[in-house]
Amino acid sequence: MSTVTTDPHAHAEHEHHGPAKGLKRWLYTTNHKDIGTLYLLFALTMFFIGGAMAMVIRAELFQPGLQIVEPDFFNQMTTVHGLIMVFGAVMPAFTGLANWLVPMMIGAPDMALPRMNNWSFWILPFAFSILLASLFMEGGGPGFGWTFYAPLSTTYSSDSTALFVFSVHIMGISSIMGAINVIVTIMNLRAPGMTYMKMPLFVWTWFITAYLLIAVMPVLAGAVTMVLTDKYFGTSFFDAAGGGDPVLFQHIFWFFGHPEVYIMILPAFGIVSSIVPTFARKPLFGYASMVYATSSIALLSFLVWAHHMFTTGMPVFAELFFMYCTMLIAVPTGVKVFNWVATMWRGAMTFEVPMMFALAFIVLFTIGGFSGLMLAITPADFQYHDTYFVVAHFHYVLVTGAIFSIMAAAYYWLPKWTGHMYDETLGQWHFWCSLISVNVLFFPMHFVGLAGMPRRIPDYALQFADFNALISIGGFAFGLSQLLFVWLVVKCIKGGEKATDQVWEGAEGLEWTIPSPAPYHSFTTPPEIK
Amino acid sequence: MALKHQPIVVKLCLLTAAMFGFGYALVPLYDVFCDLTGLNGKTSTMAATAEAAIPDKKREVLVEFIARPNNNMPWVFEPVVHKLRVHPGEIHRIDYLAHNVTGRAMTAQAVPSVSPGQAALYFNKMECFCFTQQHLTAGQQLLMPLQFYVDPALPEQFSTITLSYTLYEVDAATPVTAQTATGDNNE
Repeated sequence: MSTVTTDPHAHAEHEHHGPAKGLKRWLYTTNHKDIGTLYLLFALTMFFIGGAMAMVIRAELFQPGLQIVEPDFFNQMTTVHGLIMVFGAVMPAFTGLANWLVPMMIGAPDMALPRMNNWSFWILPFAFSILLASLFMEGGGPGFGWTFYAPLSTTYSSDSTALFVFSVHIMGISSIMGAINVIVTIMNLRAPGMTYMKMPLFVWTWFITAYLLIAVMPVLAGAVTMVLTDKYFGTSFFDAAGGGDPVLFQHIFWFFGHPEVYIMILPAFGIVSSIVPTFARKPLFGYASMVYATSSIALLSFLVWAHHMFTTGMPVFAELFFMYCTMLIAVPTGVKVFNWVATMWRGAMTFEVPMMFALAFIVLFTIGGFSGLMLAITPADFQYHDTYFVVAHFHYVLVTGAIFSIMAAAYYWLPKWTGHMYDETLGQWHFWCSLISVNVLFFPMHFVGLAGMPRRIPDYALQFADFNALISIGGFAFGLSQLLFVWLVVKCIKGGEKATDQVWEGAEGLEWTIPSPAPYHSFTTPPEIK
Repeated sequence: MALKHQPIVVKLCLLTAAMFGFGYALVPLYDVFCDLTGLNGKTSTMAATAEAAIPDKKREVLVEFIARPNNNMPWVFEPVVHKLRVHPGEIHRIDYLAHNVTGRAMTAQAVPSVSPGQAALYFNKMECFCFTQQHLTAGQQLLMPLQFYVDPALPEQFSTITLSYTLYEVDAATPVTAQTATGDNNE
């Protein structure tokens, strides 16, 4: 961003404050880098657990008919796969990146509330242990879909539903604490001269994401609490017999749920906005318009929730309102895509792994955006609703969108974190295997969806057999490809070519001015931004 | 350092609490919104007056009647006629049959719903068994009356209205009934 002066003695003076040894270092740590690492490793673990469930789903769907798992268990797999990937993989990965990067990017010594930071991470393993343990209970775990629509989650759910509710409560508390920490850090700990409009876009997108989290995670907590009291304590929020309304559940859920999808994509926009300028060796095109576009996406996200519910029987006026609001989101999103392309225009581009993932993100996320526009068209949505077309859409925006951006971020900042360059050849293998397999996996889902294959069903009509076999092969290949990533990360932590401070020739920003690996304490004296 | 953070942390915590409250506030807001727009097809729980019942002979609306006991409810419950062609403003009366086939006395409550939802505002019930609970002894049968008219102000686009009743058992375990539905139903 700007030129920086650091005090060369600052680092040496604090050397004796290095990390404690052993397990206690990780349990008691209040260091933003340690906590960032914990979040990222946790997210990676959850990515593989959720991925294993996806493998069960794809194995069952490899052939028509029921062969591997019971339908009830299949439902639990789709449900817990969704919950784990949303709340266990994507969100903690972004929080981990925020922990590592936000203080380094704004010249802060640490997060503003380090003890709360420790707590917000360490309650997460408990949340997911509770959720995963419920799978082993009599009657099974949650099987009502990650959206837990009433009455599936109230009248018809298994006895373990209370565990699901409590684990979502804990996840929500963790997210809210993380978000409060990010906001306070950004508002109070920016280095002198780091004005809001000088902040890197990753910081900006996280700032807005944190506000979204605080606005909607409590609504989710309310929704699960209502499910809890409806199921166990005789209230009738969603029960028509007692004067409630199951459609109300969908309104409350999607009031949370739609901003939630932007929570999972705005930080991705920030990551791509950091990576593309570096490898195009040009400053980001339209910085201010990026900030305004992100803000307007966040505001619009509160006005579109009912596009998930077109088929519940809304008045035509409401359907049109939500349809047009949804389509309006394409405008700021288009501004972003335009800006990324304009940044690359006539740039001196190179194609290292982070850039490859960022480029794949731009193309494939846009495909996911376009299928989203198709779903936004109310009359067309009646055909697409609850089919594999929807599954294709949200996996394009979440896997090739959010996950690809997290991969890009991991490759981009890994040398800064470990002090070693990663293995470029292995990284390219990981990228190309992922890119090809992910499209084999998700692209044909558009076709089977348009042809009418419903989602969340363990069996299907015979005419979908060939496509489903292909999709499953893509799924297995994509799952295996991710093992390359683990191998690469382990290799990079253990050793490799020494990374320079700047790491990438075109990289700009405060985090590239400190040594690689980043010292345990950085910016104990604030840098001056000119 | 902590002093500097405190005001923001307090504000953000208050925002979190407010949004949790907002989630719950959506429940009554939704009820009010539905009352105003008829969005969820709930009809008024109050008896309508006949003042808007001025027959419009030029127009005909098909009214369909659906009735089903809830899946935990053993009673037989069905309308005597299943559909009726009516002129808006014309007052009609039909009966629903309820038969307690069990060997014990039971109390039931019918909950109405109109589809399409917006037409609910124009479906006026002057008398309805759904306004009260029904108590039937073992094996007892009862013809329950519904007197209604379709408001002539019903917008042109609606030519069919479906009135659906679901019958629930009322017992000690479900003290809250649909009678209190539009009011304070969630505590």
